[in-house]
Amino acid sequence: MEERHLTCIGCPMGCALTVTMDNGEVVSVTGNTCKRGDIYGRKEVTNPTRIVTSTVAVDGGKDAVVAVKTESDIPKGKIFDIVNALKGVRVKSPVHIGDVILKDVCGTGVDVVATRED
Amino acid sequence: MENYDLVIVGGGPAGLAAAISARKDGIDSILVLERDDRLGGILNQCIHNGFGLHTFNEELTGPEYAGRFISQLLDEKIEYRLNTMVMDISHERVVTAMNSKDGLFQVQAKAVVLAMGCRERSRGALNIPGYRPAGIYTAGCAQRLVNMEGEMPGKKVVILGSGDIGLIMARRMTLEGAKVEVVAELMPYSGGLKRNIVQCLDDFGIPLKLSHTVVNIEGKKRVEAVTIAEVGPDRKPIPGTEERYECDTLLLSCGLLPENELSKECGVEISRVTNGPVVNDSLETSVPGVFACGNVLHVHDLVDFVSMEAKNAGHYAASFIKNGGESDDKTIDVVCDGKVRYTVPQMIRPLDMEDTLTVRFRVANVYKSASVVVKAGGKELVRRRKQIMAPGEMEQVVLKKSDLADADKVEFGIEEA
Repeated sequence: MEERHLTCIGCPMGCALTVTMDNGEVVSVTGNTCKRGDIYGRKEVTNPTRIVTSTVAVDGGKDAVVAVKTESDIPKGKIFDIVNALKGVRVKSPVHIGDVILKDVCGTGVDVVATRED
Repeated sequence: MENYDLVIVGGGPAGLAAAISARKDGIDSILVLERDDRLGGILNQCIHNGFGLHTFNEELTGPEYAGRFISQLLDEKIEYRLNTMVMDISHERVVTAMNSKDGLFQVQAKAVVLAMGCRERSRGALNIPGYRPAGIYTAGCAQRLVNMEGEMPGKKVVILGSGDIGLIMARRMTLEGAKVEVVAELMPYSGGLKRNIVQCLDDFGIPLKLSHTVVNIEGKKRVEAVTIAEVGPDRKPIPGTEERYECDTLLLSCGLLPENELSKECGVEISRVTNGPVVNDSLETSVPGVFACGNVLHVHDLVDFVSMEAKNAGHYAASFIKNGGESDDKTIDVVCDGKVRYTVPQMIRPLDMEDTLTVRFRVANVYKSASVVVKAGGKELVRRRKQIMAPGEMEQVVLKKSDLADADKVEFGIEEA
Protein backbone atom coordinates (compact mmCIF):
# COMPACT_ATOMS: atom_id res chain seq x y z
CA MET A 1 0.00 0.00 0.00
CA GLU A 2 1.25 3.46 -0.95
CA GLU A 3 -0.09 6.81 0.28
CA ARG A 4 -0.03 10.06 -1.71
CA HIS A 5 -0.76 13.43 -0.13
CA LEU A 6 -2.36 16.12 -2.31
CA THR A 7 -4.12 19.47 -1.98
CA CYS A 8 -7.47 19.56 -3.75
CA ILE A 9 -7.82 22.44 -6.25
CA GLY A 10 -11.63 22.24 -6.53
CA CYS A 11 -12.31 25.31 -4.34
CA PRO A 12 -10.57 27.65 -1.83
CA MET A 13 -11.07 25.06 0.92
CA GLY A 14 -7.99 23.19 -0.36
CA CYS A 15 -8.73 19.88 1.40
CA ALA A 16 -5.66 17.83 2.31
CA LEU A 17 -6.31 14.58 0.44
CA THR A 18 -4.75 11.22 1.20
CA VAL A 19 -4.95 8.83 -1.73
CA THR A 20 -4.19 5.20 -0.86
CA MET A 21 -2.92 3.07 -3.74
CA ASP A 22 -2.20 -0.60 -4.22
CA ASN A 23 -0.16 -1.61 -7.27
CA GLY A 24 -1.12 1.59 -9.10
CA GLU A 25 -4.83 1.14 -8.34
CA VAL A 26 -6.60 3.72 -6.19
CA VAL A 27 -7.99 2.02 -3.07
CA SER A 28 -9.41 5.10 -1.34
CA VAL A 29 -9.45 8.90 -1.19
CA THR A 30 -9.83 10.45 2.26
CA GLY A 31 -9.73 13.99 3.63
CA ASN A 32 -12.07 15.37 0.97
CA THR A 33 -15.22 17.28 1.90
CA CYS A 34 -17.10 16.75 -1.34
CA LYS A 35 -17.15 14.59 -4.45
CA ARG A 36 -14.88 16.93 -6.39
CA GLY A 37 -12.01 15.98 -4.08
CA ASP A 38 -12.51 12.30 -4.82
CA ILE A 39 -12.51 12.85 -8.58
CA TYR A 40 -9.47 15.15 -8.46
CA GLY A 41 -7.51 12.77 -6.20
CA ARG A 42 -8.07 9.76 -8.46
CA LYS A 43 -7.15 11.64 -11.66
CA GLU A 44 -4.11 13.32 -10.14
CA VAL A 45 -2.45 10.07 -8.98
CA THR A 46 -3.28 7.97 -12.04
CA ASN A 47 -3.04 10.41 -14.95
CA PRO A 48 -1.98 13.96 -13.99
CA THR A 49 -2.03 16.32 -17.00
CA ARG A 50 -1.29 20.00 -17.61
CA ILE A 51 -1.41 22.59 -20.39
CA VAL A 52 2.11 23.96 -20.97
CA THR A 53 2.42 27.65 -21.85
CA SER A 54 5.69 29.28 -22.84
CA THR A 55 7.27 31.54 -25.46
CA VAL A 56 9.46 31.09 -28.55
CA ALA A 57 11.73 33.62 -30.23
CA VAL A 58 10.18 35.58 -33.11
CA ASP A 59 12.09 37.51 -35.79
CA GLY A 60 10.71 40.72 -37.23
CA GLY A 61 7.79 40.97 -34.81
CA LYS A 62 6.70 43.64 -32.39
CA ASP A 63 8.05 41.66 -29.41
CA ALA A 64 11.15 39.52 -28.93
CA VAL A 65 9.07 36.41 -28.24
CA VAL A 66 5.64 35.10 -29.13
CA ALA A 67 3.41 33.26 -26.65
CA VAL A 68 2.61 29.56 -27.26
CA LYS A 69 0.76 26.68 -25.60
CA THR A 70 0.17 22.96 -26.03
CA GLU A 71 -3.16 22.71 -27.82
CA SER A 72 -4.45 20.26 -25.19
CA ASP A 73 -3.33 18.62 -21.92
CA ILE A 74 -0.05 16.73 -21.88
CA PRO A 75 1.23 14.30 -19.20
CA LYS A 76 2.63 16.26 -16.25
CA GLY A 77 5.96 14.39 -16.45
CA LYS A 78 6.65 15.85 -19.92
CA ILE A 79 6.50 19.55 -18.92
CA PHE A 80 10.28 20.11 -18.88
CA ASP A 81 10.87 18.06 -22.06
CA ILE A 82 8.39 20.29 -23.89
CA VAL A 83 9.81 23.54 -22.56
CA ASN A 84 13.31 22.38 -23.57
CA ALA A 85 12.09 21.37 -27.04
CA LEU A 86 10.82 24.95 -27.49
CA LYS A 87 14.12 26.56 -26.47
CA GLY A 88 15.74 26.37 -29.93
CA VAL A 89 12.65 27.25 -31.93
CA ARG A 90 12.63 30.55 -33.89
CA VAL A 91 9.70 31.70 -35.97
CA LYS A 92 9.23 34.60 -38.40
CA SER A 93 6.62 37.32 -38.08
CA PRO A 94 3.74 37.41 -38.94
CA VAL A 95 2.45 34.83 -36.46
CA HIS A 96 -1.28 34.48 -35.78
CA ILE A 97 -3.20 32.98 -32.88
CA GLY A 98 -3.64 29.27 -33.58
CA ASP A 99 -0.63 28.89 -35.97
CA VAL A 100 1.13 25.56 -35.36
CA ILE A 101 4.63 26.26 -34.03
CA LEU A 102 5.77 22.66 -33.35
CA LYS A 103 3.89 19.52 -34.43
CA ASP A 104 3.51 16.49 -32.15
CA VAL A 105 5.77 17.90 -29.44
CA CYS A 106 7.94 15.24 -27.70
CA GLY A 107 5.84 12.42 -29.11
CA THR A 108 2.75 13.48 -27.17
CA GLY A 109 0.61 13.75 -30.30
CA VAL A 110 -0.15 17.33 -29.24
CA ASP A 111 0.81 20.41 -31.29
CA VAL A 112 2.23 23.61 -29.84
CA VAL A 113 0.31 26.62 -31.19
CA ALA A 114 0.76 30.40 -31.03
CA THR A 115 -1.46 32.29 -28.59
CA ARG A 116 -0.52 35.87 -29.49
CA GLU A 117 -0.39 37.86 -32.71
CA ASP A 118 3.09 39.07 -33.63
CA MET B 1 -12.52 70.35 -29.59
CA GLU B 2 -13.71 66.97 -30.86
CA ASN B 3 -17.05 65.48 -29.84
CA TYR B 4 -17.85 61.85 -29.06
CA ASP B 5 -20.86 60.35 -27.30
CA LEU B 6 -18.71 57.96 -25.27
CA VAL B 7 -15.03 58.11 -24.37
CA ILE B 8 -13.51 55.03 -22.74
CA VAL B 9 -10.24 55.48 -20.87
CA GLY B 10 -8.26 52.25 -21.23
CA GLY B 11 -8.25 49.52 -23.89
CA GLY B 12 -7.78 46.50 -21.62
CA PRO B 13 -10.42 43.87 -20.91
CA ALA B 14 -12.72 46.37 -19.15
CA GLY B 15 -12.51 49.07 -21.83
CA LEU B 16 -12.99 46.57 -24.65
CA ALA B 17 -16.11 44.97 -23.12
CA ALA B 18 -17.61 48.36 -22.23
CA ALA B 19 -17.09 49.66 -25.78
CA ILE B 20 -18.61 46.58 -27.44
CA SER B 21 -21.59 46.65 -25.10
CA ALA B 22 -22.30 50.35 -25.68
CA ARG B 23 -22.13 49.79 -29.44
CA LYS B 24 -24.62 46.92 -29.17
CA ASP B 25 -26.89 49.33 -27.29
CA GLY B 26 -26.85 51.64 -30.30
CA ILE B 27 -24.08 54.15 -29.52
CA ASP B 28 -22.28 54.98 -32.79
CA SER B 29 -19.82 57.58 -31.60
CA ILE B 30 -17.31 55.82 -29.32
CA LEU B 31 -13.60 56.51 -28.78
CA VAL B 32 -11.28 54.18 -26.81
CA LEU B 33 -8.02 55.74 -25.57
CA GLU B 34 -5.15 53.35 -24.77
CA ARG B 35 -1.67 54.31 -23.54
CA ASP B 36 0.09 51.11 -24.68
CA ASP B 37 1.00 50.31 -28.30
CA ARG B 38 -1.78 47.69 -28.59
CA LEU B 39 -5.20 46.83 -27.21
CA GLY B 40 -5.71 44.10 -24.60
CA GLY B 41 -3.95 45.58 -21.58
CA ILE B 42 -2.16 43.32 -19.13
CA LEU B 43 -3.70 40.18 -20.71
CA ASN B 44 -1.02 40.40 -23.42
CA GLN B 45 1.66 39.35 -20.93
CA CYS B 46 -0.48 36.77 -19.07
CA ILE B 47 0.43 33.87 -21.36
CA HIS B 48 -0.75 31.15 -18.93
CA ASN B 49 -4.10 29.44 -19.42
CA GLY B 50 -7.22 29.60 -17.26
CA PHE B 51 -8.97 32.67 -18.67
CA GLY B 52 -12.52 32.62 -19.99
CA LEU B 53 -14.03 29.57 -18.25
CA HIS B 54 -17.14 31.62 -17.38
CA THR B 55 -17.33 33.68 -20.58
CA PHE B 56 -16.39 31.18 -23.31
CA ASN B 57 -16.61 27.84 -21.47
CA GLU B 58 -13.03 27.07 -22.38
CA GLU B 59 -9.61 27.75 -20.92
CA LEU B 60 -7.83 30.41 -22.92
CA THR B 61 -4.51 32.18 -22.39
CA GLY B 62 -4.55 35.94 -21.70
CA PRO B 63 -3.71 37.09 -25.24
CA GLU B 64 -6.29 34.68 -26.70
CA TYR B 65 -8.98 36.01 -24.34
CA ALA B 66 -8.11 39.61 -25.26
CA GLY B 67 -8.02 38.60 -28.93
CA ARG B 68 -11.66 37.51 -28.84
CA PHE B 69 -12.74 40.97 -27.61
CA ILE B 70 -10.36 42.85 -29.92
CA SER B 71 -11.88 41.03 -32.95
CA GLN B 72 -15.36 42.09 -31.84
CA LEU B 73 -14.18 45.69 -31.41
CA LEU B 74 -12.68 45.68 -34.91
CA ASP B 75 -15.82 44.03 -36.39
CA GLU B 76 -17.90 46.78 -34.80
CA LYS B 77 -15.49 49.38 -36.29
CA ILE B 78 -15.14 51.09 -32.93
CA GLU B 79 -12.57 53.91 -33.02
CA TYR B 80 -9.51 53.70 -30.82
CA ARG B 81 -6.22 55.56 -30.43
CA LEU B 82 -3.06 53.81 -29.20
CA ASN B 83 0.04 55.29 -27.54
CA THR B 84 -2.36 57.88 -26.15
CA MET B 85 -2.14 59.12 -22.60
CA VAL B 86 -5.17 60.71 -20.99
CA MET B 87 -3.99 63.69 -18.93
CA ASP B 88 -7.25 64.96 -17.46
CA ILE B 89 -10.98 64.37 -17.29
CA SER B 90 -13.00 67.41 -16.26
CA HIS B 91 -16.17 67.39 -14.18
CA GLU B 92 -17.99 68.38 -17.40
CA ARG B 93 -16.51 65.35 -19.18
CA VAL B 94 -13.91 67.10 -21.31
CA VAL B 95 -11.14 64.54 -21.81
CA THR B 96 -7.64 65.93 -22.42
CA ALA B 97 -5.17 63.47 -23.93
CA MET B 98 -1.96 63.42 -25.92
CA ASN B 99 0.02 61.25 -28.31
CA SER B 100 2.92 61.84 -30.71
CA LYS B 101 0.66 62.08 -33.79
CA ASP B 102 -2.19 64.37 -32.69
CA GLY B 103 -0.26 66.20 -29.98
CA LEU B 104 -2.47 67.48 -27.18
CA PHE B 105 -6.18 67.19 -27.92
CA GLN B 106 -9.52 67.56 -26.16
CA VAL B 107 -12.71 65.58 -26.54
CA GLN B 108 -16.12 66.56 -25.19
CA ALA B 109 -17.91 63.34 -24.19
CA LYS B 110 -21.55 62.84 -23.24
CA ALA B 111 -20.41 59.96 -21.02
CA VAL B 112 -17.04 58.59 -19.90
CA VAL B 113 -16.17 55.05 -18.80
CA LEU B 114 -13.14 54.77 -16.52
CA ALA B 115 -11.31 51.52 -17.35
CA MET B 116 -7.71 52.28 -16.39
CA GLY B 117 -7.10 49.07 -14.44
CA CYS B 118 -4.67 48.82 -11.56
CA ARG B 119 -0.97 48.68 -10.80
CA GLU B 120 1.20 46.63 -8.49
CA ARG B 121 2.20 47.60 -4.98
CA SER B 122 5.89 48.43 -5.31
CA ARG B 123 8.77 48.15 -2.84
CA GLY B 124 8.37 51.81 -1.94
CA ALA B 125 4.78 51.17 -0.93
CA LEU B 126 5.79 48.16 1.19
CA ASN B 127 8.58 49.66 3.31
CA ILE B 128 10.93 46.67 3.08
CA PRO B 129 14.19 47.30 4.98
CA GLY B 130 17.66 46.71 3.54
CA TYR B 131 19.77 47.96 0.65
CA ARG B 132 18.29 49.11 -2.63
CA PRO B 133 20.23 47.17 -5.27
CA ALA B 134 19.15 46.09 -8.77
CA GLY B 135 17.25 42.81 -8.93
CA ILE B 136 14.03 43.80 -7.14
CA TYR B 137 11.02 43.63 -9.45
CA THR B 138 7.28 43.49 -9.11
CA ALA B 139 6.04 40.12 -10.36
CA GLY B 140 4.18 41.78 -13.23
CA CYS B 141 7.30 43.63 -14.36
CA ALA B 142 9.21 40.31 -14.42
CA GLN B 143 6.28 38.79 -16.33
CA ARG B 144 6.56 41.44 -19.02
CA LEU B 145 10.34 40.96 -19.29
CA VAL B 146 10.05 37.18 -19.69
CA ASN B 147 6.87 36.87 -21.74
CA MET B 148 7.18 39.84 -24.10
CA GLU B 149 10.77 41.00 -24.13
CA GLY B 150 12.33 37.53 -23.86
CA GLU B 151 14.65 38.57 -21.00
CA MET B 152 15.24 36.69 -17.75
CA PRO B 153 15.36 39.00 -14.71
CA GLY B 154 17.55 36.61 -12.67
CA LYS B 155 18.63 33.06 -11.85
CA LYS B 156 18.01 32.56 -8.12
CA VAL B 157 14.76 34.00 -6.95
CA VAL B 158 12.89 34.74 -3.71
CA ILE B 159 9.26 35.84 -4.02
CA LEU B 160 7.46 37.96 -1.42
CA GLY B 161 3.67 37.70 -1.51
CA SER B 162 1.55 34.81 -2.73
CA GLY B 163 -0.70 36.76 -5.08
CA ASP B 164 -1.56 34.94 -8.28
CA ILE B 165 0.97 36.82 -10.44
CA GLY B 166 3.77 35.82 -8.03
CA LEU B 167 2.70 32.17 -8.12
CA ILE B 168 2.43 32.21 -11.91
CA MET B 169 5.90 33.76 -12.14
CA ALA B 170 7.36 31.16 -9.75
CA ARG B 171 6.41 28.51 -12.33
CA ARG B 172 7.40 30.60 -15.34
CA MET B 173 10.87 31.42 -13.98
CA THR B 174 11.38 27.74 -13.04
CA LEU B 175 10.46 26.59 -16.56
CA GLU B 176 12.93 29.12 -17.97
CA GLY B 177 15.73 27.66 -15.86
CA ALA B 178 15.74 29.82 -12.72
CA LYS B 179 15.72 28.38 -9.19
CA VAL B 180 12.89 29.76 -7.09
CA GLU B 181 14.01 29.29 -3.49
CA VAL B 182 10.87 30.21 -1.57
CA VAL B 183 7.61 32.16 -1.62
CA ALA B 184 7.03 34.12 1.61
CA GLU B 185 3.52 35.34 2.51
CA LEU B 186 2.87 37.81 5.34
CA MET B 187 -0.66 36.58 6.01
CA PRO B 188 -1.52 33.16 7.51
CA TYR B 189 -3.33 32.30 4.25
CA SER B 190 -2.39 32.67 0.61
CA GLY B 191 -3.72 35.51 -1.50
CA GLY B 192 -3.71 33.30 -4.60
CA LEU B 193 -6.03 30.65 -6.00
CA LYS B 194 -5.57 27.06 -4.72
CA ARG B 195 -5.12 25.86 -8.24
CA ASN B 196 -2.09 28.14 -8.67
CA ILE B 197 -0.53 26.98 -5.41
CA VAL B 198 -0.76 23.36 -6.55
CA GLN B 199 0.17 23.83 -10.20
CA CYS B 200 2.79 26.58 -9.81
CA LEU B 201 4.46 25.71 -6.48
CA ASP B 202 3.69 22.09 -5.45
CA ASP B 203 4.33 20.77 -8.98
CA PHE B 204 7.88 22.13 -8.79
CA GLY B 205 8.61 21.60 -5.10
CA ILE B 206 8.73 25.34 -4.31
CA PRO B 207 8.05 25.96 -0.59
CA LEU B 208 5.34 28.44 0.48
CA LYS B 209 5.99 29.96 3.90
CA LEU B 210 2.87 31.54 5.37
CA SER B 211 3.18 34.21 8.11
CA HIS B 212 6.65 35.16 6.83
CA THR B 213 8.05 38.40 5.48
CA VAL B 214 11.29 39.89 4.17
CA VAL B 215 13.36 41.53 6.94
CA ASN B 216 16.57 42.28 5.04
CA ILE B 217 17.92 42.67 1.52
CA GLU B 218 21.69 42.41 1.02
CA GLY B 219 23.81 43.56 -1.92
CA LYS B 220 24.93 47.00 -3.04
CA LYS B 221 24.88 46.71 -6.84
CA ARG B 222 22.76 43.60 -7.28
CA VAL B 223 20.70 41.58 -4.79
CA GLU B 224 22.99 39.05 -3.08
CA ALA B 225 20.74 37.63 -0.37
CA VAL B 226 17.31 38.07 1.17
CA THR B 227 16.44 37.26 4.78
CA ILE B 228 12.91 36.26 5.71
CA ALA B 229 11.44 35.78 9.20
CA GLU B 230 8.26 34.43 10.67
CA VAL B 231 5.71 36.99 11.90
CA GLY B 232 3.40 36.75 14.91
CA PRO B 233 -0.33 37.47 14.99
CA ASP B 234 0.59 41.20 15.10
CA ARG B 235 2.40 40.66 11.77
CA LYS B 236 5.71 41.75 13.34
CA PRO B 237 8.84 39.60 12.75
CA ILE B 238 9.69 37.11 15.53
CA PRO B 239 13.38 37.43 16.51
CA GLY B 240 15.34 34.21 16.06
CA THR B 241 13.25 32.92 13.15
CA GLU B 242 15.36 34.55 10.42
CA GLU B 243 16.40 32.47 7.41
CA ARG B 244 18.88 33.81 4.84
CA TYR B 245 18.57 32.90 1.16
CA GLU B 246 21.38 33.66 -1.28
CA CYS B 247 19.73 34.92 -4.45
CA ASP B 248 20.03 37.56 -7.18
CA THR B 249 16.37 38.47 -7.54
CA LEU B 250 13.42 39.41 -5.33
CA LEU B 251 9.96 39.44 -6.90
CA LEU B 252 7.09 41.28 -5.19
CA SER B 253 3.53 40.04 -5.50
CA CYS B 254 1.92 42.02 -2.70
CA GLY B 255 -1.36 43.25 -4.04
CA LEU B 256 -2.79 45.55 -6.67
CA LEU B 257 -3.96 49.15 -6.41
CA PRO B 258 -6.65 50.65 -8.65
CA GLU B 259 -5.14 53.47 -10.69
CA ASN B 260 -7.37 56.44 -9.90
CA GLU B 261 -5.25 59.57 -10.35
CA LEU B 262 -7.49 60.73 -13.22
CA SER B 263 -10.66 59.89 -11.29
CA LYS B 264 -9.55 61.93 -8.26
CA GLU B 265 -8.66 64.96 -10.41
CA CYS B 266 -12.11 64.68 -11.96
CA GLY B 267 -13.67 64.92 -8.51
CA VAL B 268 -14.84 61.30 -8.31
CA GLU B 269 -15.38 60.10 -4.75
CA ILE B 270 -12.98 57.22 -3.94
CA SER B 271 -13.70 54.41 -1.46
CA ARG B 272 -11.05 54.00 1.23
CA VAL B 273 -11.63 50.24 1.21
CA THR B 274 -11.52 49.41 -2.50
CA ASN B 275 -9.33 52.39 -3.52
CA GLY B 276 -11.74 52.66 -6.45
CA PRO B 277 -14.68 54.98 -7.15
CA VAL B 278 -17.85 54.75 -5.06
CA VAL B 279 -20.57 53.76 -7.55
CA ASN B 280 -24.32 53.19 -7.63
CA ASP B 281 -26.23 50.30 -9.20
CA SER B 282 -25.51 51.68 -12.71
CA LEU B 283 -21.76 51.78 -11.95
CA GLU B 284 -21.95 55.58 -12.15
CA THR B 285 -19.49 57.46 -9.96
CA SER B 286 -20.24 60.58 -7.89
CA VAL B 287 -19.63 62.63 -11.07
CA PRO B 288 -22.71 62.39 -13.33
CA GLY B 289 -22.04 60.63 -16.63
CA VAL B 290 -18.73 59.15 -15.45
CA PHE B 291 -18.89 55.35 -15.04
CA ALA B 292 -16.26 52.87 -13.82
CA CYS B 293 -15.59 49.16 -14.32
CA GLY B 294 -12.88 46.52 -14.03
CA ASN B 295 -9.80 46.76 -11.83
CA VAL B 296 -9.96 50.56 -11.58
CA LEU B 297 -13.23 50.08 -9.69
CA HIS B 298 -12.07 47.20 -7.48
CA VAL B 299 -9.45 44.49 -8.01
CA HIS B 300 -10.94 41.29 -9.47
CA ASP B 301 -9.53 37.73 -9.32
CA LEU B 302 -11.01 36.61 -12.65
CA VAL B 303 -11.07 38.56 -15.91
CA ASP B 304 -14.44 36.98 -16.71
CA PHE B 305 -16.00 39.09 -13.95
CA VAL B 306 -14.23 42.19 -15.28
CA SER B 307 -15.81 41.60 -18.68
CA MET B 308 -19.28 41.08 -17.19
CA GLU B 309 -19.03 44.23 -15.07
CA ALA B 310 -17.68 46.27 -18.00
CA LYS B 311 -20.50 45.06 -20.21
CA ASN B 312 -22.91 46.54 -17.65
CA ALA B 313 -20.95 49.80 -17.47
CA GLY B 314 -21.16 50.12 -21.26
CA HIS B 315 -24.88 49.45 -21.13
CA TYR B 316 -25.53 52.03 -18.39
CA ALA B 317 -23.33 54.63 -20.11
CA ALA B 318 -25.39 54.06 -23.30
CA SER B 319 -28.68 54.66 -21.49
CA PHE B 320 -27.22 57.80 -19.88
CA ILE B 321 -26.32 59.08 -23.36
CA LYS B 322 -29.76 58.23 -24.76
CA ASN B 323 -31.96 59.32 -21.84
CA GLY B 324 -29.88 61.82 -19.93
CA GLY B 325 -28.91 61.07 -16.40
CA GLU B 326 -31.20 63.33 -14.43
CA SER B 327 -32.99 61.37 -11.74
CA ASP B 328 -35.01 62.39 -8.71
CA ASP B 329 -34.68 58.94 -7.25
CA LYS B 330 -33.38 58.59 -3.73
CA THR B 331 -30.18 56.66 -3.15
CA ILE B 332 -29.72 54.15 -0.34
CA ASP B 333 -26.42 52.83 1.03
CA VAL B 334 -25.19 49.27 1.06
CA VAL B 335 -23.74 48.78 4.55
CA CYS B 336 -21.12 46.12 5.43
CA ASP B 337 -20.67 44.51 8.87
CA GLY B 338 -16.87 44.42 8.71
CA LYS B 339 -16.76 40.68 8.06
CA VAL B 340 -17.99 41.65 4.63
CA ARG B 341 -15.23 44.12 3.82
CA TYR B 342 -16.83 45.92 0.90
CA THR B 343 -19.50 45.68 -1.76
CA VAL B 344 -19.68 47.04 -5.31
CA PRO B 345 -21.91 48.93 -5.83
CA GLN B 346 -21.89 50.83 -2.55
CA MET B 347 -25.19 52.62 -3.32
CA ILE B 348 -28.48 51.59 -4.90
CA ARG B 349 -31.31 53.66 -6.43
CA PRO B 350 -34.25 51.44 -5.45
CA LEU B 351 -36.68 52.98 -8.00
CA ASP B 352 -34.33 53.50 -10.98
CA MET B 353 -32.41 50.22 -10.69
CA GLU B 354 -33.01 47.38 -13.15
CA ASP B 355 -35.08 44.37 -12.06
CA THR B 356 -32.06 42.51 -10.72
CA LEU B 357 -28.66 43.68 -9.53
CA THR B 358 -25.51 41.62 -9.02
CA VAL B 359 -23.64 42.86 -5.95
CA ARG B 360 -20.02 41.69 -5.73
CA PHE B 361 -18.20 41.63 -2.40
CA ARG B 362 -15.17 40.39 -0.50
CA VAL B 363 -14.89 39.08 3.03
CA ALA B 364 -12.25 40.24 5.52
CA ASN B 365 -11.03 36.85 6.73
CA VAL B 366 -11.33 33.12 6.09
CA TYR B 367 -14.81 31.95 7.23
CA LYS B 368 -15.75 28.27 7.28
CA SER B 369 -19.37 27.04 7.38
CA ALA B 370 -20.68 30.59 7.64
CA SER B 371 -23.66 32.30 5.99
CA VAL B 372 -23.92 35.41 3.86
CA VAL B 373 -26.95 37.34 5.12
CA VAL B 374 -28.47 40.32 3.30
CA LYS B 375 -31.20 42.39 5.00
CA ALA B 376 -33.25 45.39 3.89
CA GLY B 377 -36.38 47.10 5.16
CA GLY B 378 -36.59 44.74 8.16
CA LYS B 379 -36.60 41.67 5.90
CA GLU B 380 -33.97 39.03 5.31
CA LEU B 381 -33.46 38.95 1.53
CA VAL B 382 -30.67 36.41 1.21
CA ARG B 383 -29.25 33.74 3.53
CA ARG B 384 -26.70 31.54 1.85
CA ARG B 385 -24.51 29.08 3.69
CA LYS B 386 -21.01 28.64 2.26
CA GLN B 387 -18.56 25.91 3.11
CA ILE B 388 -15.75 28.44 2.86
CA MET B 389 -15.23 32.11 2.05
CA ALA B 390 -11.79 33.70 1.73
CA PRO B 391 -10.54 37.25 1.08
CA GLY B 392 -8.90 36.08 -2.15
CA GLU B 393 -12.17 34.92 -3.71
CA MET B 394 -14.79 37.46 -4.74
CA GLU B 395 -18.38 36.54 -3.84
CA GLN B 396 -21.65 37.74 -5.34
CA VAL B 397 -25.38 37.83 -4.65
CA VAL B 398 -28.25 38.94 -6.86
CA LEU B 399 -30.78 41.42 -5.38
CA LYS B 400 -34.29 42.01 -6.72
CA LYS B 401 -35.73 45.48 -7.26
CA SER B 402 -39.07 44.31 -5.84
CA ASP B 403 -37.37 43.62 -2.48
CA LEU B 404 -35.88 47.10 -2.12
CA ALA B 405 -38.78 49.50 -2.78
CA ASP B 406 -39.27 50.45 0.91
CA ALA B 407 -35.72 49.97 2.14
CA ASP B 408 -33.68 52.80 3.61
CA LYS B 409 -30.46 50.74 3.46
CA VAL B 410 -29.21 47.28 2.51
CA GLU B 411 -27.10 45.40 5.06
CA PHE B 412 -24.50 42.78 4.12
CA GLY B 413 -23.12 40.52 6.84
CA ILE B 414 -21.56 37.15 7.66
CA GLU B 415 -23.07 34.96 10.39
CA GLU B 416 -20.74 32.32 11.76
CA ALA B 417 -22.13 29.03 13.00
